[in-house]
Amino acid sequence: MAKYLLLKHYRGAPAAVNDVPMDQWTPEEISAHVQYMNDFAARLEKTGEFVDGQALAPEGKWVRYDGEGRPPVTDGPFAETKDVIAGWMVIDVDSYERALELAGELSAAPGAGGKPIHEWLELRPFLTASPTITECTFH
Amino acid sequence: MDEVLLRSLTPSVLTVLVRRGADFAAAEDAVQDALVEAVRVWPADPPRDAKGWLVTVAWRKFLDATRSDAARRRREDLVDEEPAPGPAPAVDDTLQLYFLCAHPSLTPSSAVALTLRAVGGLTTRQIAQAYLVPEATMAQRISRAKRTVSGVRFDQPGDVATVLRVLYLVFNEGYSGDVDLAAEAIRLTRQLAAQVDHPEVAGLLALMLLHHARRTARTAPDGSLVPLSEQDRGRWDTESIAEGVEILQTALARDRLGEFQAQAAIAALHADAPTAEETDWVQIVEWYDELARLTDSPVVRLNRAVAVGEADGPRAGLAELAKLDDSLPRHTAVAAYLNERDGDLTTAARLYAEAAQTAPNLAERDHLTRQAARLNARRCR
Repeated sequence: MAKYLLLKHYRGAPAAVNDVPMDQWTPEEISAHVQYMNDFAARLEKTGEFVDGQALAPEGKWVRYDGEGRPPVTDGPFAETKDVIAGWMVIDVDSYERALELAGELSAAPGAGGKPIHEWLELRPFLTASPTITECTFH
Repeated sequence: MDEVLLRSLTPSVLTVLVRRGADFAAAEDAVQDALVEAVRVWPADPPRDAKGWLVTVAWRKFLDATRSDAARRRREDLVDEEPAPGPAPAVDDTLQLYFLCAHPSLTPSSAVALTLRAVGGLTTRQIAQAYLVPEATMAQRISRAKRTVSGVRFDQPGDVATVLRVLYLVFNEGYSGDVDLAAEAIRLTRQLAAQVDHPEVAGLLALMLLHHARRTARTAPDGSLVPLSEQDRGRWDTESIAEGVEILQTALARDRLGEFQAQAAIAALHADAPTAEETDWVQIVEWYDELARLTDSPVVRLNRAVAVGEADGPRAGLAELAKLDDSLPRHTAVAAYLNERDGDLTTAARLYAEAAQTAPNLAERDHLTRQAARLNARRCR
């Protein structure tokens, strides 16, 4: 068995054939889309082919090691995905600052001559289930 | 073997050991050893006083471990200075454990993990599953937290507010799987309320019960979010609501208002309304005024703008909203909602789509995208 990561990309890729932004769909079309993905995952769980699926927030930042304690953050070099994604790691931290710090650290992984490679990493928050209290008025 | 009894006794036995001077990690090891011993011995020879038995055995295990470890001589000196172990007090004194687990030196997530482990008696695996992290990660987080609080002694009363903050965080995680953290938070807060006579503890318990009561109605079968106004009120848990309201009223009668009581009062007003239209928005605005005075939180003022929009009309809500920083989380979502109420569907649709981009979680993102889609579909027809 070999593992593959299927990345759903919302931008940066060539335009899709049926390229209508989601807020222009009908609510029923959105439900059907979500249902399709859930069913897909459920089917792969049954066949034993499912590993993990997570939704990511759109606000990705690019982080790179640039010397002790000063990771620069940008909106991105917008490289092609295949140039960027050699693997992925998921972290669970207390704050965005800590996530930045760790991304900067990981970017300093040694390369040629044992020196940090200053690799660009894309940092994207996960979207999870909704909490309960903090949004009192709506729910 | 009564596992429920063992689980309920574990925190207080742990507390006795820690209070007698055992450091947290060593005390927990000793209690685990005592539990193993109990499982072995009790079926054939049940003790008359289960807690006393556990304390005695755990303390002996702790002393054995301490004595056998030369590197722990320093702690042994500490133990020698302590008064000899007497009979275990009959009162449930896990309170100190709450304070230890909410110690200010811990990060919020460590405090939550430690509380679930030590006070809740959950296994590391259960906590890891609830937080969707690997078990090894959670084990490290907990042992780091234990190291941080080892050596903390209970010579000063802890801060109830910090403990409540931790329980609030547990509730807000609310994952349902093997461990339902919202239910666990209610269980722990209930225990705390039985030990601490504090109106804010009651306020938090009431708040949790009132929110938990609406839980099944908050999501549709497909997992999508159902806003308060569209929820099937017949599915709200009336028993929880009645209990929450009663606890809240007793707390409010003591005239020591705090933010949890105020939040619970707002939740109670929602719970009390037979339909969304009959909600007493004027009184809700008044409670938000109290809450804003107590917390000075911009999120509270944002919620207040929504309530003003309901009480005095969407224009009034938008005027309140204009006074707030538009980078606040959910600011755009509120603006979209108020614009829709005001009849400006084009602006509302644009704002819903924009708000979906920065939604903090999946359910909200899908909900906001659907709202935008609903308005866009209506305009096209």
